[in-house]
Amino acid sequence: MTFEIEVLWTDWLVWLLVVSAVGYGLFVRSRPHLRAPWTRVARSASGMAALTMLSVFVLIGLLDSIHYRPAISVKDGKTIYSVEVRSVLDRVAWSLRVRKEKTYSAPLATQLYSKETVVLPDGRETRVYPRLQFGGAHLADPDADWAGDVTKRVVQGVAAALVAWTLLAVLLCAWIARRRGVHVVAIWRAVWRGETAVPWRAVLITLAVMLAAGAPLLALAAKYHVFGTDKVGLDVFYQSLKSIRTGLVIGTLTTLVTLPFALIFGIMAGYFRAWVDDIIQYVYTTLSSIPGVLLIAAAVLTMQVFIENHPELFPTTDRRADARLLALCLILGITSWTGLCRLLRGEALKLREMEYIQAARAFAVSDWRIMVRHILPNVMHIVLIALVMDFSGLVLAEAVLSYVGVGVDPSTISFGTMINSARLEMAREPMVWWSLVAAFCFMLLMVLSANLFADAVRDAFDPRIRAARPFRLASQKA
Amino acid sequence: MTAYLLRRLIYSVFILAGVNFFTFALFFFLNSPDDIARAQLGAKRVTPEAVAKWKQERGYDGPLFYNEKASGAGRMTDTIFFEKSVKLFAFEFGRSDQGRNIGFDIGTRMWASLAIQLPVFLVGIAVFVTLALLMAFFRATYVDFWGVVLCVVMMSISGLFYIIGGQYLVGKLLNLVPISGYDDGLNAVKFLILPVVIGVVAGIGGNARWYRTIFIEEINKDYVRTARSKGLSEIRVLFRHVLQNAMIPILTGVVVVIPTLFLGALVTESFFGIPGLGSYTIDAIQSQDFAIVRAMVFLGSVLYIIGLILTDVSYTLVDPRVRFE
Repeated sequence: MTFEIEVLWTDWLVWLLVVSAVGYGLFVRSRPHLRAPWTRVARSASGMAALTMLSVFVLIGLLDSIHYRPAISVKDGKTIYSVEVRSVLDRVAWSLRVRKEKTYSAPLATQLYSKETVVLPDGRETRVYPRLQFGGAHLADPDADWAGDVTKRVVQGVAAALVAWTLLAVLLCAWIARRRGVHVVAIWRAVWRGETAVPWRAVLITLAVMLAAGAPLLALAAKYHVFGTDKVGLDVFYQSLKSIRTGLVIGTLTTLVTLPFALIFGIMAGYFRAWVDDIIQYVYTTLSSIPGVLLIAAAVLTMQVFIENHPELFPTTDRRADARLLALCLILGITSWTGLCRLLRGEALKLREMEYIQAARAFAVSDWRIMVRHILPNVMHIVLIALVMDFSGLVLAEAVLSYVGVGVDPSTISFGTMINSARLEMAREPMVWWSLVAAFCFMLLMVLSANLFADAVRDAFDPRIRAARPFRLASQKA
Repeated sequence: MTAYLLRRLIYSVFILAGVNFFTFALFFFLNSPDDIARAQLGAKRVTPEAVAKWKQERGYDGPLFYNEKASGAGRMTDTIFFEKSVKLFAFEFGRSDQGRNIGFDIGTRMWASLAIQLPVFLVGIAVFVTLALLMAFFRATYVDFWGVVLCVVMMSISGLFYIIGGQYLVGKLLNLVPISGYDDGLNAVKFLILPVVIGVVAGIGGNARWYRTIFIEEINKDYVRTARSKGLSEIRVLFRHVLQNAMIPILTGVVVVIPTLFLGALVTESFFGIPGLGSYTIDAIQSQDFAIVRAMVFLGSVLYIIGLILTDVSYTLVDPRVRFE
């Protein structure tokens, strides 16, 4: 099958982030003074457990960030590509995506959630719960076979998880043993006694829990809708997987796109002081005095009108949804860069009085060079802490904003849109709860591991910076 | 002090002017009033007459900054900028795009918002400080450790789930209080209990942990060691010495919020059907009523700036060392 790679704007930025993260990693590796705080992060058990969890989310998010358009037909030697953009994740989870039911069905159900009128062979009409088209369709008699089949799949999943986990654990120990030149068994024992410098025990336990939960889920997902289906019959598990990318994009790109402003303005204000400082302070005081939600709402509304009036800029719905996602990141960034800018200004004010900068100035090093060579590297830890600390708040903010109606495009699958559409069914009797539960679990796992990792990073880089206040946006509206 | 406050007030006027100009630019530069009218009227093929009529009815038909046709002062005042933006300084909010009087709506709705937000604020601080002091008292024990773990888990849960879960548990399963609605006077209490409780619980995670760090930091200071070496009990040290001194960093975060309590809570109010300013704003956002959003942005900034000034004043009250020159 031929296809054409389609790089959306957020994809560009996501991969740029990945490349710079790898570059940063290589840069840090060869410099002991930069490596030291990361070594401290690696020593934190909760931090490493959270990192294990996060890397799974990141992996899913990255798979969802390679987009392509499949070919649909060949005409006069020219291939026509579909307008619909797909990601590698879609390809992997293709069966989840295409197995659409008619409407709601409960998790692991074999029947629809609502009764339908069916005409019996003898002409009479009756109201029954019809069988699902795909969920549990392989069962001949759902009432009798269902429990056995589900148990069988769970057991198979757990068994597969056990095998995979043992393999991973042995490989890990073999790798450490090889590096240290010690016998594998000795390492194995050290790991389980928690005697290794890096808390591999915590990592392995996290992996075990994740595999034990994930593998049965996948085994069941092959034939059932593990988390049920939503109003239009789309698999909720698939939606949860797709939401991960949206959450990651908002959590990381928001800080990233406004980082240049915060860096340039913050350092300039602190370094030059006088009128430059006055102007920059005025700008960020003005921006930060507008309540965050209202500023975001105002900006998103304006942007919606702009997109509506300029359809020619966005050829496909996917492009438009992507543009809206990026715009949301920018807008969220406008409200959050002021805090970082203020921190950087304070740090630059302090640094400019240090002896080494005085010395640089005495040697007639230009202002620009001093800022880039001497101040910038010494404030980078603040930037890094801000990047990881803001993440969880932003993921939570997305859900609230989508609820208010100023979040992502309604066609983008995100935790916010999932909650929002499930909310409308709250009053239904009996309640449709599975979308909410799925969104809750995935979001809690993602935000919790991000919070734990952020704490580990903060403690390692600067124990003096207190836990930042919870992102104001989220607390304000709760 | 007076001179300092006066300077702060003058600076605030400049900040507000900046806010005003920024929102004006946001609403009128990226999209012309014509674009807004077309988006409001919905259909793809809107007649120019309909657009002109919509603009004229709402006063969006003038020039943006400078009116060449008018004479004298009218050249400056007969413009969209003056009508829609400068007049906000006199708290003349004008009419919403649906034709309602915004000033009147705000005046009636803010009390419902305050009725939720004030109890959330007061009960919240009491609960957060108590829990944080407890954790600080049992610091470096399992109580503290699991307390912090619980806080981190609680702050990782979206506020939406607190509301949804609370409504489901208390309103639907236990049938203790009505799920949504509002009433005047004392009858409102039964509608307010649940949103207030949820508001406080949702804040515990982040705030209790934050206050705990402040207390722990304070506990490690020299004067606390002196107090202990005098033979004071740990309780007395915590309440007499640590609590009072920790008030200063706590005040920074707390006082600034007081004026903005009027603005209400967006999500809570719309979930519980409380006719406050939060649900007013949400309705405006969802019906794309730009006039109301503009008014709320201005009002929000004014209240926030008042909060900042109040914070400074409160410093001088709790910390005699602070002097403003």
